[in-house]
Amino acid sequence: MRLWRAAWTAAVIIPVAFLAVFFLYPTGAMLVRGIWQDGIDPTGFTEVLTDRRTWLVTGQTLYQAALGTVGAIILGVPGAYVLYRCSFRGQRAARALATIPFVLPTVVVGVAFRALLGRGGPLESLGMDQTVTAVILALVFFNYAVVVRTVGGLWQTLDPRAVQAARTLGASRSRAFLTVTVPQLAPAIASAGAIVFLFCSTSYGLVRTLGSPGYGTLETEIWRQSTSMLDNRTAAILSLLQIVIVILTLLVSEALSRRTAGRLQLRSRHVTPLARADAAPLVMTAATMVTLIAFPLIALVTRSFRVGDGWGTDNYRLLGTSGTGFAGGATVFEAIGNSLRIGLIATLIALAIGVPLALVLSRRVHGPLASGQSILAGAILLPLGVSAVTVGFGFSIALDSPPLDLRSSPLLVPIAQAVVALPLVVRSLTPTLASIAPGRREAAATLGASPWRVLATIDGPFLLRGLGIAIGFAYATSLGEFGATSFLARPDSQTLPVIIVRLLGRPGENNYGMAMAGAVVLALLAASIMAAAEAARKDPR
Amino acid sequence: MKKTAVGLVSLALLAACGSDAEEEAVTILTHDSFVMSEEQIAAFEEESGYTLQTIAPGDGGVLVNQLILNRDNPQADGVYGVDTFIARTVIEEALLAPYTSPALPESAESLVVADSLTPIDQGDVCINIDTAWFEEEGMTPPEGLEDLRAPEYAALTAVIDPATSSPGYAFLVATATEFGDDWQDYWADLLDGGARVASGWSDAYYSDFSGADGDGPYPLVLSYSSSPAAAPGTDYLPDTCVRQVEYAGVVEGAANPEGAQAFIDFMLSDAFQSSIPENMYMYPVTDQELPAEWQEVAELSDTPIMVDPQRVDRGELLSAFADLR
Repeated sequence: MRLWRAAWTAAVIIPVAFLAVFFLYPTGAMLVRGIWQDGIDPTGFTEVLTDRRTWLVTGQTLYQAALGTVGAIILGVPGAYVLYRCSFRGQRAARALATIPFVLPTVVVGVAFRALLGRGGPLESLGMDQTVTAVILALVFFNYAVVVRTVGGLWQTLDPRAVQAARTLGASRSRAFLTVTVPQLAPAIASAGAIVFLFCSTSYGLVRTLGSPGYGTLETEIWRQSTSMLDNRTAAILSLLQIVIVILTLLVSEALSRRTAGRLQLRSRHVTPLARADAAPLVMTAATMVTLIAFPLIALVTRSFRVGDGWGTDNYRLLGTSGTGFAGGATVFEAIGNSLRIGLIATLIALAIGVPLALVLSRRVHGPLASGQSILAGAILLPLGVSAVTVGFGFSIALDSPPLDLRSSPLLVPIAQAVVALPLVVRSLTPTLASIAPGRREAAATLGASPWRVLATIDGPFLLRGLGIAIGFAYATSLGEFGATSFLARPDSQTLPVIIVRLLGRPGENNYGMAMAGAVVLALLAASIMAAAEAARKDPR
Repeated sequence: MKKTAVGLVSLALLAACGSDAEEEAVTILTHDSFVMSEEQIAAFEEESGYTLQTIAPGDGGVLVNQLILNRDNPQADGVYGVDTFIARTVIEEALLAPYTSPALPESAESLVVADSLTPIDQGDVCINIDTAWFEEEGMTPPEGLEDLRAPEYAALTAVIDPATSSPGYAFLVATATEFGDDWQDYWADLLDGGARVASGWSDAYYSDFSGADGDGPYPLVLSYSSSPAAAPGTDYLPDTCVRQVEYAGVVEGAANPEGAQAFIDFMLSDAFQSSIPENMYMYPVTDQELPAEWQEVAELSDTPIMVDPQRVDRGELLSAFADLR
């Protein structure tokens, strides 16, 4: 029993210590460095917070994120219905297609939209390249799957009898949908919306590849202030502003998902074959899948085979070089190797920290423990919402002296990526673990099973079921991580996304084509890792 | 006893190896366009006895901020990639130790800044022109910066956002140098006249410029004097060029300042200097022969705008520019 207690304590302390040392401390050090000079300097806050530009940038960040979120919801809800509530031939393939964007690294999403809307792209004539519209479209593309999966998962389990009753009482289809179904789905929609909003308001790789039209976002402004204006004070204050927005979003998300959990009572899966009455959502979903999802992907692949005025595989053959003209650094092949190796280490770290954490977060506890639990659950999401610039520079100033001089350690980049992957690992494990009815553990204990045996026989199968997905998320996230990695990259740790962005910014005729080919390779890697993870998933019986 | 003695000796040996290895390593912070071949690295390590480690966290701005942030505990011994337009911050913040390389030829001595920044390579940021377009239209090409502010030329010009791109910023400094206090009026004319401000060099050169691939709408674009070497039918306007010098220096408080000095000397060697055009698209600071295609269309300008690195106030210029738009 003593060992059991010690194990639980360790399962709390190790993840908390990890986050404290590798996230809170570096981020905090960077923020303090920016705003603390012999005490807090209030003039800095006044200057930044009264600057018109600050609010223009904040406004644009919120506006872009809000439109991205609304877009993802408007398109995603019909998608959730068609892909999860209905059944039809080819549904699995359609679901897979809808999920691809979310597992793609943001850099690839950026490159895909440039390939579609930019120079030589099929929609070049619309003049949408480097506009706010293009950024919002890319945000919707990237987050569509979040809404479809979150809402679809709930929709599948809704009892159809409530709608049938309303229909019997004379309500039209749309009226029944609005008055019965929408309120039931609302918590899931709101919860997905909060997560999408979070991704939208901090997406660094996407804005770096798509450009930052208009006034730019908080993320680009922090980057500009710190690397171009060399003004770390303003950057720190803007980072704090960003953190405030993120915490507010997280609070909303947490409150809403708790409501979801309360209402969500697992009923048996309920799906119906597609009917004629489903034409509207079906058409809308088909149109979304073709124009929004498939088209940019096809444009990306097509562009990667374009060579001058003709076609060929030259861009792929050049991946063995470090570029043409303004070349330099690792070759793309080396970068792929680096990415896979670093991603593997990052995944192992994220699992070592994330699995115990998920077990801790999924146990039902009461009283002060419960509030500690929900604070921890919120805190691990923070890395998704803090500026990559702050984290990147924070690593280099905070982890710089023994015993933690990691600046020249090969573990620096994997650790940074593990911090970013951790929230997704935990988020993908906890719902499964939390769905175990507490009675099952109690029953086993009553029958004389030791706590270890309960863990192995009751939690174990659920853990294994979630683990495949968690590994997939962790690996795909670290393959795609761009922000922190780009600030820490050394020649032996240049990853594929870093090389792609550098190729895009370099003169030399083939570098653009190579960036496209590199993005296709990165997309394939990320998507096949996720696919393998899904396939390895086993449902416990 | 014997065991203890053996243990002590091996410990001492280990310690000696440890500290030796530390002394022999030299860490150089570079910008992310830095290129050095495997052979060159081997040659440097052979000649100097140091093992070379490079770190490339980003562009010039990222480099300088890294130096500022790590000032009390520098990670790098030397830095390469600080340019004319950010040199003032490096001097003001006293980030570098004095060092002037004996390998620097007399012809380049005038480029040294404050005895701590050694010039390694240079280039010109210039307006490039699609000569064929102007011939077809029968239009006289512009010559200097003054011509560009006329509406008929401004409407044909693609420049680059100074806040996000180093050539864009170089051009901003050029206009501030040429027009002094009136530079904002100059930019107002450019922007009112319809000049395009692209977000990055590749967007401007490949998407906006009509010369490189022949499909952009702007026949005038901000780029480098070396660009025409790779794009037939284009040229640069020598009177619009602003000279950009890239420097190396020894980091103040470095663990291995001698190693950094040795690396700076190496970068001035003939072998390294002659590889610069091919590897980094810049021009050597010593007298080396340029590649054949550069000699035809891409020599450095004879009449560049020269900027005093110590007079460029980066923060002030960029904030004033942000207010303009």
